Formats: sequence, structure tokens, C-alpha cells
Amino acid sequence: MAGGPLRRAPGPLERKANLDVTSLIIITRARTTTRTTTTTKQGRAVACKARTQSATVRALLAATLTRSAAPRDRSIPWHHARSLDWCRPSAACFASSAAAVDAPAKPVSTTEYETVIGVETHVQLDTNTKAFCSCKNEYGAKPNVNVCPVCLGHPGMLPTLNERVVELAVRTGMALNCEVHQESKFDRKQYFYGDLPKGYQISQNDRPICTDGFVDAPTFVVGTKCDAFPTTRVRINRLHIEEDTAKLTHEGQDSLAGGEGGGGATLADYNRAGVPLVEIVTEPDMRTGEEAAAYAQELRRIVRFLGVSSGNMQEGSLRCDVNVSVRRKGAQELGTKVEVKNLNSFSAVRSAVDFEFRRQTSLLEAGRGSEIKQETRLWDEQRMETKSMRSKEEAADYRYFREPDLPFLALRPGFADQVNAEMPKLPREARDDLLGLGLSVADASILSDDLGLFEYYTECVSSGAEPKQACNWLVGDISALLKEMKRDLDTCAMRPQQLAEMCQLIDGGTISGKIAKGLLPELLEKGGSPKELVESKGLVQISDEGELDKIVAEIVESNPKQVEQYRGGKDKLFGFFVGQTMKATKGRANPKMVNDCLRRALDQ
Amino acid sequence: MVPVKKSIAAAGTGRYGIRPGFLFCRTTQRKHDGYATRTQAARDLEHALFGPVGTDGDGPAQVAARLVHEQGVSCEDIARAHLNRMEMLEPKLRSFLPNSVVQGRGTLADVVLEEARGHDRTLAKLVTAEERRRALPLAGVTLGVKDNICAAGFRATAGSLALSRYAPPRDATVVDNLRRAGCVVVGKTLCDEFGMGSTTESSASQLKDVVGGAATTRNPWDLSRVPGGSSGGSAAAVSSRQCALALGTDTGGSVRQPASFCGVVGLKPTYGRVSRFGLIAYASSLDVPGCFGSTAQDCARMLDVIAGPDPADSSSAALPHPPPLSEGGYERLCRQVSGEGGDAKPLLGLKVGLVRETLRRDGTVEEGVLGAVDAASEALRGLGCEVKEVSLPAFDLSLPAYYVTAVSEASSNLSRYDGLRYPAEVEAGEGGDEGFGGRSLMAQIASSRGSLLGDEPLRRILMGTYTLSEGYGDALYKRAQVARKRVQQEMLARMVAGGGECDVLLTPTAPTTAYACGDKELQDPLQMYLGDVMTVGVNLAGFPAVSVPAGMSLGLPVGVQVIGAPFEEGAILNVAHHLERSLGLNLLPPL
Ligand SMILES: [Zn+2]
Repeated sequence: MAGGPLRRAPGPLERKANLDVTSLIIITRARTTTRTTTTTKQGRAVACKARTQSATVRALLAATLTRSAAPRDRSIPWHHARSLDWCRPSAACFASSAAAVDAPAKPVSTTEYETVIGVETHVQLDTNTKAFCSCKNEYGAKPNVNVCPVCLGHPGMLPTLNERVVELAVRTGMALNCEVHQESKFDRKQYFYGDLPKGYQISQNDRPICTDGFVDAPTFVVGTKCDAFPTTRVRINRLHIEEDTAKLTHEGQDSLAGGEGGGGATLADYNRAGVPLVEIVTEPDMRTGEEAAAYAQELRRIVRFLGVSSGNMQEGSLRCDVNVSVRRKGAQELGTKVEVKNLNSFSAVRSAVDFEFRRQTSLLEAGRGSEIKQETRLWDEQRMETKSMRSKEEAADYRYFREPDLPFLALRPGFADQVNAEMPKLPREARDDLLGLGLSVADASILSDDLGLFEYYTECVSSGAEPKQACNWLVGDISALLKEMKRDLDTCAMRPQQLAEMCQLIDGGTISGKIAKGLLPELLEKGGSPKELVESKGLVQISDEGELDKIVAEIVESNPKQVEQYRGGKDKLFGFFVGQTMKATKGRANPKMVNDCLRRALDQ
Repeated sequence: MVPVKKSIAAAGTGRYGIRPGFLFCRTTQRKHDGYATRTQAARDLEHALFGPVGTDGDGPAQVAARLVHEQGVSCEDIARAHLNRMEMLEPKLRSFLPNSVVQGRGTLADVVLEEARGHDRTLAKLVTAEERRRALPLAGVTLGVKDNICAAGFRATAGSLALSRYAPPRDATVVDNLRRAGCVVVGKTLCDEFGMGSTTESSASQLKDVVGGAATTRNPWDLSRVPGGSSGGSAAAVSSRQCALALGTDTGGSVRQPASFCGVVGLKPTYGRVSRFGLIAYASSLDVPGCFGSTAQDCARMLDVIAGPDPADSSSAALPHPPPLSEGGYERLCRQVSGEGGDAKPLLGLKVGLVRETLRRDGTVEEGVLGAVDAASEALRGLGCEVKEVSLPAFDLSLPAYYVTAVSEASSNLSRYDGLRYPAEVEAGEGGDEGFGGRSLMAQIASSRGSLLGDEPLRRILMGTYTLSEGYGDALYKRAQVARKRVQQEMLARMVAGGGECDVLLTPTAPTTAYACGDKELQDPLQMYLGDVMTVGVNLAGFPAVSVPAGMSLGLPVGVQVIGAPFEEGAILNVAHHLERSLGLNLLPPL
């Protein structure tokens, strides 16, 4: 392996790895000088190896283990260490080895080819503790505080399954219309890397907990007119439980990936090791980047509505990998599949698929289809392109076998039914609810996109707000103001009941929409009853006809010239009188009544 | 200088002729002087602890506990007697890991005596023997812990350089249970690296030169021979009475074979009967913690303490429950006498199946071993058993199925030893402690594994990686699992529990007696693996089995293996108990 010089820092590991598990951090640092290997140390190493054992095996191993470059034998497992399946490092860590064809210059006919896309998503489950030990499962804690001998892979330690993980996995599976299996099993997925304390990951291989589901992902595009949500059906192949790996942070250039002349430190945070995940794998049912993004978005909505995960892509709570292949339209067999990783947003999903489509079609067009290799590529957000990370020849053989430390997972009779009975509202149901309230698809699409917004809205409507009006406020002025204030609905002071009260004040004619808008910043900031605020500020609308007549009369009297002109046929001056009335009432006059009063006074 | 230690002993001379009072003169002089100047009381205690087993089948563990419970001998005195014996015998035997106490915790004697004093403090508050028995059933019992089982305060190296400085954060469940029951851990017994071996010659600690002593663990019966393995240290320590009981682990015979070689009783419980938590894994679906005792009863008492489900080990069995202690537990089952047969024929009506495939008279099994099986069969008939031959055609599948399964799981369990995580005595790789020698992390890991793991683990990792690899997994690993199922079903079919005719099965424990040290033939791995032929099938099936001494061959002990139906530890201990009493062998090695 053409790795850069690395040095192990005089180790917290060596000194403390025993009892003070919290300090178990792998640190590798850049070496500033090249060290000459001392013969004495070699001698010592040889001496300590001089045992009464056959030297052949060791010699063979020494040769194979330390050999530094490809080609490699498949049967030697240590090379699988190169598989960076876990890896979502900054793309800069990897030297670009993209195929010679870069983003194509001439546009390729999209009518002749189609993309076939499957998506694999890892979702972190929002449990209190980790999947197989009792460490806290929290994001953003100080590195290596939520660790114990079990999740650090100490010898002799054994995993015990967190029941909540099963519950959340079953809940997710049901929401994805999957078949939930009464019995499933755990397997070990094996590869070497610094992020994997045990040298294997507990996962489910051939008998996952859920299989054969589907998601109808809404594909509504703003600006189009429709009465119902257009959707695309994506079949779910499987959903299985597994544990997350440690989080590696590469400082400077990464040597772990085998980059040339690397350096820099790699820090491991084992807080994430053992955090429960479900991996959700689709069938290759999507045809455009748009559809893939729509699926990913719907999946995120689903896990958020289920309370199963925060679904935060930036924090890595939801991580998507897409498998992309291109074929001529009408063709039955699939083209060569490329897996793209490191997609940190939905737009990255869309862009990466589009890029791969362009890259692969242009290779096909150029008659270089054979250059499309089955490989794993990384998305580079800065350059908006994918880069080769590892090819199939280097792909890992995970050597799955049953995890002997965990018995078969058999669900209690009635467990699935109970989970089903406690199933929260799903995004699809939320959309139906919103359409049922008479909202447009566009409005329903926005309100159902976020669980917090949807819940706020429903509570507001159930507190008496008129649905369309509440929607307009939330989607319009309130979200704009919150954005300005850098706040969100969860943290703003105005509760849904108060928004409902405000809507009712407008409906009842107590205040005008304009006044309400003026009050919003204060309500969002400080909360409190809109009604009391209106009263304390004396902003109650003047809807008393007599009072308005009096004010209007004064205005008519003090503007004889304009009255004359108006009566002379200059209708446009009506606006002038409205303005004067509003000015006199500081905007509190009921606009409709002002019109009536003015007409009465002027047209007599 | 500590002149004398006053025992907390109560008044009166006990059954074992122990006079309470001043037991030991502890001096700062060299041990042998101290040994020479010990009091008569100390010599009496030693005689009780280290003398031959009585005809009632009471082993040293039972004797020690009774001394504490009934005669007020202190745990500390007993522990000290064992420490003295260890000091005397270790240069010859090398049963224990040297410098096993975690750095900064003091000397071995400090740690051991402090633990013993802790038990004494607990006992001091109790008045009657019954109270003491109930509080600490194994009070005063010294325990050796195989080095691949975690015991807090001691290193757990599993015989490997990769863990040579590893200090486990907590006790294994079995160790915790035994300590709570009053046992005093006196050290870590040597084993083959990660339990992979049959001779206890591959512990990394044996690489160091020991001035004036044995380099590898020796068989107390013949110091030129090995104690067997992989739990050889435990077997040698119990056989030589360095400790009363010892924990081992049995993946393919690692408790039973050394028990046979050293003339002690070695019990491998049913898979799931005893928690594996804290046992450094070799092959997780086969590993079982096991018991070493001088008698079946000692093993039964030990099993009473460690059997049962453990929330920390999901593979431990919740049901059936172990026999309740209030009804005497395994100990009573062990001593049980059949109603009609009475004391003369305590096993009347018991059906014993002699496994034909293990008794081939074609040279694969030594004459002396066959002779011991004959003697055992004869003795069992005398005890009232019906002994007849049965056939296990799948027997020959056991060895390949076992090795494929074991190496596959080993390749997985050992992948965590990458030289980065656990402190080792020797800095990994040529880079020394200054760094990675300019190589990448992966190259470093590869090199560390090459130098930190011994030949046998490496060989098994290579084989296991191959057997699990894509394309081979189905041909090897999955077929091995099919064979495993067949072995299990066939074995069960012979048992009453599975609709068959036998209550227990009887086989030799090993085809031979103890090997000579450094036996050239065993350096051929296939020869070494053949030695496991009698025992591995039992691990595949997960059944319980016990090796009990049944005879001597050319001055070396020979054991026979009694196999029971799942969770029938009581039944096989019962057979072992009556068999050992009936045979009446003198099993004190000539040290
Ligand atoms: Zn943990």
C-alpha cells in the first residue's frame, strides 16, 4: 500500500488502553522526518518471533501482509482493509482517478438512454442507548465519552441487543409496507479498518428483519397544477439492522486511503461505534436523479414522522448511497453498476445521478462502454463530479457468517401488531389530511414536508384557525420572518394556539391583516396572547359606523377642493380619501367600512 | 518483618486434625526457610489440603470450604498455604502466568491474601457453620483462572503477545460468581495461544527465558511431558494442588484432554449453561467455560456457582434452570444413589453407550487408553450400569466439521488484534515505538498481526478466512454446519432424551496419554488435530461431557469421557463420581 509516512503518537493507547477506555483514541500523525529503521529493533522483533514453530506460515504471511501494491490475491483478507465501505471522508482525501472522460462537452441525447438507480440508505435510530451495549447514543458529545468495553471491542465482551432497536426497525419496516419477519438473524460483516473496533460489524445478511416493501414517493414539482400528489413507486428490497462504526476524522491529507505522500492525523471517535442503524435497500426502480432525490426525501420524511431518526443528513443520521447504471431505452438487462457515496444532501443525490448519467452515456456514445467499471465512486461536492474510489477487484469479500454471540431474533407474538397499533401518522396520511382541509397540492406539499411544521399547522387548525388562512400565514409571512430572525418554529415563542387566535381576530374583524403582520415579529419573539397585545396597544379595528362617519365627515370638510374635484368626475381621488381616513385612524379603520362611509359621504 | 499471623480459628481440633492457633511463621527470609520453619499446624493444614482424596469423594475444594465453614480456619491461611505450594512447584511445573498481577497492584501475595482477608472479614460476622456455608459456599477455595478468562486485577493475555499487557476492565461472569462464592483467585493459568493447541506449549509468556525452571508448562506426573491443552496450566495446577479448583475453557476438548493427561476431573458443561461473558473468544459457537477439580464433587460444587443464565451473554440458556441450590444443586445430583441399587449399585439401571467408533483397535487409540475404557466399563457394570456398544456413524464428520467451524469463527474473533488497541510488551512491527516506520496504517496492521500472533492463530486465521471467503463459504462453512447438525442429531438420537436407549455415552477422552514436550510429530498440525478426535464432536453438538480418570498407563493417567444429553450435567457428574470412587485410583502426582 502506497501509504504516506505515519507515526503513532506515543500512545494513549499503549499507556492507557486498559482501564481508561475513554482515552482510547487512535492517533496517527505526520512524520516530519524519515526514520532509519534500526537494526536492533529488527533484531528484537526477530528474536521474539523465534519460536518453536514452523517458519513457513510466518514467512508467507510476512510476505503477503506487508506487500504494498496491487495486484492482490483475493484469498488474503488483509487487503480487504482497503475497502472503505465505512468511509465518508472529505472527498479531498482521495486522489482523483476518474476515468479519462470527464464531464462531456457535447450534450448527450437523453432520449436514447435511461438511468437505472437503486438507493441504499443508512438511518441512525434515535434510541437512548447503543444497539448492543448500554452506552448513550447521542450526537455531538465530546469524543470518546460514550464508550464501554463492549462497543470498544474489548476481548471477552459480548453484545446484547437493545430491544428498542428492534421496535424502531419494525416500525420503519411497516411504514415502508415491508413484510416483517418473525425470525431473523444477525451476521458478522468483516473487514479491517480503524473505525471498526471488533474487526467486524454486526449486521444482518441473508435473513433481514424486513423485506419486500414499497414507498410511493411524491414527485410534485412546484408550479405544476394537479389535484392529487403525483407519486412514483419505489420497491424496497430489504431493511436490516446493523451497528454504526466509529467516526474517523482525517486531519490534513489522508494516508489511510493509500494516497501518495500522505500525512496528517486520523482521529477516531468511538461514540458512534455501536449506534444502531437500519439499512434500507431499494430495487433499481428509479430512472432520474429527480426520482432518486424524491425517494430519499420521502424516506427522510417517513423516519422523521415515525420518530425513528432525526434524518439529519449533515450530521450523518441519514446517509444515502446510490447505484447508477445506464442502458439504452427498451433494453432489458442492466448496464454496469457504479456505486456513488458521500452524498450529503438531496441535491447531491440528484446531481450525482445526473453526473453519472452524463459520464456513462458519453463513454457509451464514444464506444468506450467497456471503460465503465463496476466500482465505488465518491461525490465531490466542490467539483460537482464523482471520483473513482475502488474498483470491483478491490471490493471487499465480507465473509459473512452468523453472529454466534447473538441468538436468532424471534419477535414476541403480537410484537409487530403492537408496533402497528402505535404507528404514528405517516407523511402520506398527512398529505391526505391537508388535501382534505381544502388546501392545494402545493400548500400540502410544503406543510407535510416537515414534521414540526405539519404538527404546528394541525394544532393551529384544530385550535380554530381557518385552514387556508393559517397555511398562508405559516408558509408566507411567518416562515419569512423566522428565516430573518434565524429561528425556527420549534424555538419561536408563538405557539399554534396563538396563531389560531390571531387568525380569529382577523376573521372577526378585530384587526386587519396588515395590523396582524405588524404584530408578528413581537409575537414570534415574545409570545403571549395576540388579543391582549392588540388591546394593550389599542390596535382594535374601528368598526363602529358612527365613529367612522364622524371621522369621514371631518375629512370631507377639511378637503373641500378634493371633494369638488372628485364629485366633478375625478374618481381616482377616492384613494386619496381612503388614505386620509387611514392616516387619521392610524390604520385601525375597518377598510371595507371606510369604503362604505366614504361613498356615502362623497356620493350624496 | 511480620513475625506471626494469628489465625481467626475457633477453638477445638477439627476433623482434619487442624489445631487452631498459630498456623504460619511468615518471615522475610527466603521461602524455603519459611517453609522449613512452618508450624505443626501449618503442616497439618497442608496435609489436609494437599493430601490424597478421601474415599468419600471429597475433593480439596470441599475440604478447604469445610475447614473454613466448620473449623474456623481462615481463608488467608489456606491461600498462603497454596501460595507456598505454588512457589515451591512453579519452577518445575510452570502452570501459572508469571507477573500476572496488573502493574501497580502489588505482588501476587498482596493481591491474593487481601482477597482472602476480604472473605475472612465477611465470615467473621457470621456465627454458625451453616451461615458461613450459605454466605460463601466456596470459602477458602483457591482458584486458578485460565489466562483467556478475564479476572480483574490480573492480566488476561490469552497466551498471546497481542494481549501481553492487557488488563481486563472487569471480571468474567464465571470469575465474578466464584469470587462472590468465596473463591480466592491465586493466578492465571497458562494456555495455548487463544486456546488453540493441545499442549500448552504456545503461550507467549513461555517465550521468555526463565532461569532455572521449565520453559513450558509440564505434566505433574512426568515433567518431561506436556499437561495437554489448551487449558494445560489449569489441569497441572489442580493436579499438583497448587489450587483447589481451576477454570478452563473448552472449544474442542481443551478442558477434557488436559484433565485426562493430568489425572483430574474436567467438566465441559452444555453450551449455554455457563456464561461466556469475559471469556476471550476463540470460536464463539463452540467455546464453553469448564471446571477442573480433583473430584467430580469438586466440579459439581463449582458448577453450582457458575451455572445459569447471564444477561450479559445472549447465548446463555434461560431454560432449563439449573437444579436449585436449596435442593442440593449439582452436588446432590453428583452424589445421588439409585434407589433400588443402594450403595452397592448406586447406578443401577443406568444405560451406558460405548461409542464403537472411538474404540478402534487399529492403532489409532493407544492400548493403555483402551484398557482404561475397559476398566471403566467393567467398573460401571459393577455399579449396576448396563453397558453396551452403540454406533455413531457421523463420528468421522466431527473433526473436519469442527475445524472448519472453529477456524472460521477464529478468523473473525481474532481480527480485532491489530496491534493498535491493546498494549503489548513488544512494540509491534519494525517501526518500534517511534512510529509506523513510514508505512501506512494498513501495512502497519498487517505487520503487527504477523508479529503479534503466533503460528497456530495465524494458521487458523488463514484457514478461516479461506473457509468463509466468497465462493468457498458455501462449500466449506455451510457444509460444516450441515455436518454439525447431523452430528448433533445423531448423538441426541442415541440418548434417552432423543428417543434412544442411552443415558450417557462413554468414550476415551483422548487417543493417547500425555505427549512428550516438544513432540516433533505434533508440529504437523494435522497430527495435532487428530488428537482432538474424541472430544470435538461433543462441542459441535453442544452437549455436556466430563473427563474422569479411569486408569494409569505407563505411569501416566488416562481419562474416559462421559457424555450426557443437553443440560444433564448432573447425570454425567453422577457417573463420574461413582466411577472414581469405585476405581479408587491414587491421583496424587509424584512430585
Ligand atoms: Zn458501549
